[in-house]
Amino acid sequence: MTPFSYARAGDAATATGLGMAEGAKYLGGGTNLVDLMRETIERPDRLVDVTGLSRMIAERDDGSLMIGAAVRNTAVAEHQAVRERYPVLARAILSGASGQIRNMATVGGNILQRTRCAYFYDDAARCNKRVPGAGCDAIDGFNRTHAILGASPACVATHPSDMCVALAALGAVVHLENTAGARTLPLVDLHRLPMGRPEVETLLEPGELITAIELPPLPWAVRSTYRKVRDRASYAFALVSVAAVLDRSGDGMVRDVRLALGGVAHKPWRAFAAEAALRGRPASEACFRAAAEAELADAAPLRDNGFKIELARRTIVAVLNELAGETA
Amino acid sequence: MTTIRDAAQKLMQTAIGLAPERWLPGGTPDPLIGRHGAIGSSVPRIDGPRKVKGEARFAAEVPAGNMVYAALVYSTIARGRIATLDTDATQAVPGVVLVMTYRNAPRMAPPALFMSDPRAAGASSLPVMQDDTIHWNGEPIAVILAETQEQADHAATLVRVTYTKETASTSFDAATAQAHRPDSVLGEPAVIEIGNAEAALAEAAHQIDRTYHTPRHSHAAIEPHAATVWWEADGRLVVHDATQMLNGTRWTLAGIFGLKEEQIRILSPFVGGGFGGKTLWNHQILAIAASRLSGRPVRVSLSREGVFRVSGGRTTTRQRVALGARADGTLSALIHTGIAAMTAYNNCPEQFSFPARHLYAADSFKLEQKVADLDMVANTFMRAPGESIGTFALESAIDELADSMGLDPIELRRRIEPVKDPTSGHAFSARHLLDAYARGAERFGWSARNPTPRARREGEWLIGMGVATATYPYYRMPGGAARITLTREGQARVAMASHEMGMGTATVQVQAAADRLGLPIAHVTFAYGDTALPPGTIAGGSSQTASIAAAVTAASEKLVPALLKLVGNDSPLAGLRAGDVEARDGGLGHRSLPERFESYASILSRANRDEISAEAEAPMPLEVQKYAMHSYGAQFCEVRVNAVTGETRISRFLGSFDAGRVLNPRTAASQFRGGIIMGLGLALTEETLFDARTGRIMNPSLADYHVPVHLDVPQIDVIWTDSPDPHAPLGAHGIGEIGITGVGAAVANAVYNATGRRIRDLPITLDKLL
Repeated sequence: MTPFSYARAGDAATATGLGMAEGAKYLGGGTNLVDLMRETIERPDRLVDVTGLSRMIAERDDGSLMIGAAVRNTAVAEHQAVRERYPVLARAILSGASGQIRNMATVGGNILQRTRCAYFYDDAARCNKRVPGAGCDAIDGFNRTHAILGASPACVATHPSDMCVALAALGAVVHLENTAGARTLPLVDLHRLPMGRPEVETLLEPGELITAIELPPLPWAVRSTYRKVRDRASYAFALVSVAAVLDRSGDGMVRDVRLALGGVAHKPWRAFAAEAALRGRPASEACFRAAAEAELADAAPLRDNGFKIELARRTIVAVLNELAGETA
Repeated sequence: MTTIRDAAQKLMQTAIGLAPERWLPGGTPDPLIGRHGAIGSSVPRIDGPRKVKGEARFAAEVPAGNMVYAALVYSTIARGRIATLDTDATQAVPGVVLVMTYRNAPRMAPPALFMSDPRAAGASSLPVMQDDTIHWNGEPIAVILAETQEQADHAATLVRVTYTKETASTSFDAATAQAHRPDSVLGEPAVIEIGNAEAALAEAAHQIDRTYHTPRHSHAAIEPHAATVWWEADGRLVVHDATQMLNGTRWTLAGIFGLKEEQIRILSPFVGGGFGGKTLWNHQILAIAASRLSGRPVRVSLSREGVFRVSGGRTTTRQRVALGARADGTLSALIHTGIAAMTAYNNCPEQFSFPARHLYAADSFKLEQKVADLDMVANTFMRAPGESIGTFALESAIDELADSMGLDPIELRRRIEPVKDPTSGHAFSARHLLDAYARGAERFGWSARNPTPRARREGEWLIGMGVATATYPYYRMPGGAARITLTREGQARVAMASHEMGMGTATVQVQAAADRLGLPIAHVTFAYGDTALPPGTIAGGSSQTASIAAAVTAASEKLVPALLKLVGNDSPLAGLRAGDVEARDGGLGHRSLPERFESYASILSRANRDEISAEAEAPMPLEVQKYAMHSYGAQFCEVRVNAVTGETRISRFLGSFDAGRVLNPRTAASQFRGGIIMGLGLALTEETLFDARTGRIMNPSLADYHVPVHLDVPQIDVIWTDSPDPHAPLGAHGIGEIGITGVGAAVANAVYNATGRRIRDLPITLDKLL
C-alpha cells in the first residue's frame, strides 16, 4: 500500500471540496478500494471518507425512494420498503459478497467497484484498464468470467456488482455533486462500455461524488426478482445474473417489463432489446426466448466464456417464466 | 515418505532377526485394541479452549523483542535472469531495515530434497536466492525487513526489476510430449505390469477406455504459512514455524546454514491446518538468512498470494483408465496410466496409480506413471496426494463399466473384490470394504437410486446418486522416539516432537497414553511441537497417530521394567517380571492376581523418587512389509443439478469408512468430514489457474480460488466399521486423508446419474453441464 492522507468529511460540501484535489478518492466501506490499494492497483494520494454522509433511506410522497450513497448494503437489503416494493434489489444485494462485506459496503462504493478481472489485479500482466495502451492479457488468457456483450479489443472485463443490475432494471437515477454543482444521471448511463478507453469507467466528472440513488415509483416492481448463476453457492461473482420486473396483463400479455443482466458486460447491462421485443407480446416461453435471442444477437464469445451466451438465454427465460407464473 | 519405507527395507534384514515384533506375524496384537477406556471415547479436543479463547499462539503471533517484519517480492517470469534490480527507492522507505536480494544474501547450501534422505524436508532442491537465476513465476527475488509490516509491504512494491527471459516450459500439454518415467513413485516402481493388459483389454467382452483430467490445486489452509525466527548470541537458531515436519526441518536447515542440529530449535505447538503444505519452503529459509544479516528477529507471514506463489499444491494430471471385463463383471484387464506435471527439482509424481495397485482383482495390470517437467513452483503433497485424484479416474471408470454392463456399481465391486493384494500378493491385514459398502448403502438408502440417468427431477433440479470407493495406505514412519515421565503424584508426562495441526493429535495421544499407563486422562499430558523433545516423525501420510503410538508403547515397555526395579521386597509386586504385570488403576498389577497391585505413587514414594522417565524409539514399521495395509471407505453422494443453469449442489453425503479402530469418534468424525468437504472442492470448484503463456498463477486469492463455502456443504453423515487392524498400534489407522479419496468420483458418478453426462475433467463446473 502506498502512503496516503486521510480525511473524514462531515458534509457533502467539505467532501467535494477535498475530493476535487488531484489524486483524491472517496472512501466508502473500502471493501474494494482498500483491496486495490493493498495490491497497489489504486494509489490515491488522499482518501476522503464519505461514510458519514447521507445514510438515510427516505420514502417520498410520489412513491419514489431516495437511498443515501453511504447507506450500507445490508441496510438497503433489510429496509422494509425495499423488500416490499423492490424485491429485486433486496435479492440482488443479498446474493452478493458475504454478510461481513455487505455490512461494510456502501451503495456508492458498490456502484463504483472495479472489475475482478485477474489480469487487472496482477501488475505482472498487461491491462489497458490499469495501464492505458499496455495491451490486454485477458483476451487470449483466462476469460471464462469475462464479457460477451459490449466488449472491445481493448478490454473484455465485466462489472462485478449485483446491486447495480437490479438498479439498472429499476431505472434508478444517480444523484451527483461536486464543487461545480449537482446533477442526476440514469444509472444505466453512468457506466461506460470500454471501447478504446477502458480506464474511463464512468461519466463522473472530476471530484464528483455520488450522494444518493433514487428509485423511481414502479408499483409493479413488487413482482420482480433477481437470479444469480455462479460457480459456488455463495461468495462468488455472477457468471450470469438476471434482474427482471414483469407486468403481465390479465389476458396474458406483457404490459411492461424491465430486464437487466450482470456478469456479461463492462457495465450493468440493461436489456433494452429484449424489453422492446416483449412489450405487448404474450407472456409465453416462446416470446421470452425470442426476447433473449434478440438481446444476445450481438453476443461475442471469447476462448473460455462461450457458455455464457446459452446460460444467459436460459436464465432470462427461466426468470421471466417464474415471474409470469407468479403474476398469473 | 517412502524413502522412509526404503530405509525400513534396508534395515529389515537386521531388524527381522530381533525379538518377535508385536505387529508382525505371530506377534500378539496390541492389548489395547479391544479395550474400551479413554480410547474410543469422544474426548473433546484439549487444545480447544485455548484456541477459542485466543490463547493458542501460532507462528505469526510469537512475540520477540526488537523484531522486524518481512515482505517478499516475487518474480514475474518463469525462467531467465534478473537483468536489472533497483532497490534504491525501497531502501529509502522509512522503517526499512534490510533489503536482501541475491546480491547480499548469505551463502546457503541448497535444501536437501524431501525423500533424498529420511531426514530431509526440502520441498525443492533449488538454491534459495543465491544468484540471478529465476526458476518459476513467483519465486522470491527480494526480502524487505522493516519495523512494521506495512512499511515492509509498501517498500516491497518499490523494487524495480527487469529480466532477461528464457524459454520456459509452462504448458502441460506441450510438456507431456517429453513426459518420462520418474525413478520411482515414492519408493514404489513407476510401472507395474502383470500379464498383457492391452491384449486382454482388446479381447474383453466389455471395455471402458477413458481419459480423465485433473487440475492444479493450491493449499488454502486457514493459517497462511508463517515463521518467527531469531539467532541467539551464541549462534543458536530459534524458529517458531508452522510445520508438519519439525525434525526434518531442523536437519534440513542445519544443512542449509552449516549448523549442527543441536544448534537449532524449532517450535510449532499449533498449526492452522497442514494438509501436506506446511513444510520447508523459501520463506523460512529467507527469514532466517535475513535475520542473520540484520541481526534482528524476523517474522515472515505470507499473504494469501504469497502462499500460492511460494508453496506448491496438488499438480495437474492426465490419466487413462481402461477396464476389460467378462460378462460376469470380473476384470481381465486393469490399466491406469498417466502423466503428472512436476519440476526437475522436486520429487512428487502424484501417486495417482496407487489405488489401482491395491483395490481390485484383475487378471492383468498395466499401471504406469510419468511426469512432465514444467517451470513452476514445486508441486507437493496435498491431502491424499495421488489417491484423491487417482480414485477420481479409477472410480469414475468403474462406474462407467457398471453402467455399460447394466450392473449396480456396488455389485460390480463385490465381484472384483480381491482375496489378497492384487499386485504385491500380500495378505490384507484388515479389509472390510464390502462391509463399509453394505452399511453405507443401508444408511444412505442406496436401493432407492434409479439406475437410469435423468430419471429423477424436482422442478428445475435433476437428482442423482453416486458412489465410489475411498482408499488410502496405512503408513507408520520410523525414527520417532517418545519419553514418558511418571511422577510421585501419579501423573504422566508424555513427550515427542510431533505435530498438532488441528486434527486432535494431542487429545488422542493423551487418551492412548492414559490407557497404556492405566491412568485417567486428567493425569496425563502430552508435550509436542518442539524439537527439544524426543524426535517425532512427520505428520504426513496419515501416519502420525500410529507412529506416536508405537513410540509411546516402546517407551512404556521400557518404563515397566524400570519401575519393577524400584519396587522393594515389601511391595506386592516384589519378584514380578514385566511380562507378569499390566498397567491399571494408576499403577502396576499382576495380570491375574488383583491383590498384587501397587500404584505408581506408592512405588515412587517408597523408592524415594520424585519421578521416573523412560525414552524409547519406535520399532521399524515392518508390518507394512508383510501385509497390505490400507484404509477404505464407501462414499455416497446425492446431487441436484439444475437443468437450466447446470449448477451442481450436493444435497446429501455419507462416508462409510473402514479405517481400523477409531480412537476418538468426535475428532475422527471431524477428520472424515473435513476430508469430504475438501473433496467437494476438488469435485466442484477448486482449480489453480496457471497461465500457460507465462507460468503465472492467476487466482492467488480466496475470492477467486474457490474452496467450498458453508452453503456448498450439506449435512455430511459419517459412519465407520471400527474394525481394529491387528497389525497396527492401537489397531488404528491414520484418518487424515481417507476422507477426501473417492469424493470426486462419487460426485461425478452422481452427476451422471442425475444428468446422463459424464464429466471426466475436474472441476465439474456448470459450463461442462450446459
